[in-house]
Amino acid sequence: MKVAVTSKGKDLGSPVDPRFGRCPYFVVVDTETMTTEGIENPGALAGAGAGVAAAQLIADAGADAVISNLVGPHAFAALKQGGIAIYAGAAGNVKSVVEMLKKDELGRLEEPNAELDAGAKRRG
Amino acid sequence: MSETQRARLSISIAAGKGGTGKTLVATSLALALNDDYPGEVQIIDCDVEEPNAHLLLQPEIIEEAAVHVLVPEVNLELCTRCGECAKACQFSAIAVIRQAVLTFYDLCAGCGACAYVCPVGAITEVQRQVGVVRAGCVGGQIDFVAGCLNVGDQRATPVTKAVKERISPKRISILDAPPGTACPMQETVEDTDYCILVTEPTPFGRSNLQDAVDTCERLGVPCGVIINRDGIGNQGVDDYCAAEGIEILMRIPQRREIAEAYSRGETLAEARPQWRDDLVEMYKRIEEIVSSQYVQEGVS
Repeated sequence: MKVAVTSKGKDLGSPVDPRFGRCPYFVVVDTETMTTEGIENPGALAGAGAGVAAAQLIADAGADAVISNLVGPHAFAALKQGGIAIYAGAAGNVKSVVEMLKKDELGRLEEPNAELDAGAKRRG
Repeated sequence: MSETQRARLSISIAAGKGGTGKTLVATSLALALNDDYPGEVQIIDCDVEEPNAHLLLQPEIIEEAAVHVLVPEVNLELCTRCGECAKACQFSAIAVIRQAVLTFYDLCAGCGACAYVCPVGAITEVQRQVGVVRAGCVGGQIDFVAGCLNVGDQRATPVTKAVKERISPKRISILDAPPGTACPMQETVEDTDYCILVTEPTPFGRSNLQDAVDTCERLGVPCGVIINRDGIGNQGVDDYCAAEGIEILMRIPQRREIAEAYSRGETLAEARPQWRDDLVEMYKRIEEIVSSQYVQEGVS
């Protein structure tokens, strides 16, 4: 399975970023091989619609699941309807949350938990 | 052209921030002018996200018209999930996430790019209502128009455009703009003959005034200033206007009686007759400024 983790950097050692649409990077991790691909998120500084654009970005990168903490209503709808699982509880670095996912220690997010534009107001 | 036949001025009332007194000025000016130009005044509430001129003017609404925008509708049987529409959309209003095609109408600007780029013609543009325009009359004489954006919708400008279509060249049009200097304000101020900027004489007011003046300059709309709550704050707004050559049209002092009258839903013109005369004088001054500008433009 490929999982996209919202992150402040591009690799396994990078700290997790809590925001979905506005995180600076996604690290897409293959959970079998632990190979990674760091993708810059142009939505980090975009206007409205960053969540949808981010969902499109990681879907195009082939992700089956997302690990994040704060997912707004647009992004949630896009991910859910596209059949991409959303896991919350991101903390630590990319490697540690992927390990948590593998041990089934992360909960599924069942509804949006951030307001529209929340990520834009909460930089860093 | 005779005095009665020529096109009347359209004057927008704007401010770099909310709560400075735009609606107070707009409604008072409309009422004051109606005394001198009965049946020739129109007030247009362009603050479509939070219209409030009706609270003071209590118009009789006689017509309500829906405002529509175009949004994409995707035929999923024709759609090949190629994702070209999502790439073309600058607003992330359409996404193709694996087999799902999603449209987000609240993000859509109605540009039609998605339908244009679709290689299989799966997207048609359909109408969606985003607000209403209400039209009516105040006291049987003042033409009243107000736009109201639907709750939850973010794009105000289509409603503002629909409201501005009601501007009558036969009437003096007073346009109450939304606060700030973003698109809804620009849409309101653009193409008006003159913009009155209402500000408070504080550092915050001065900063916001500067933004509003810059915006008017870029829109090519001449502007002047009303200082509301005059007597508080500092000299910053006066100094700025003097340095930039911006005319201070009027000063409304900081007085409890004005706030009390306003809180009862009364306008300046009703609260104190002197203001009525000052507002009419101000209008005449604006007429002079605008006509002298037309003369200048004609010469150059």
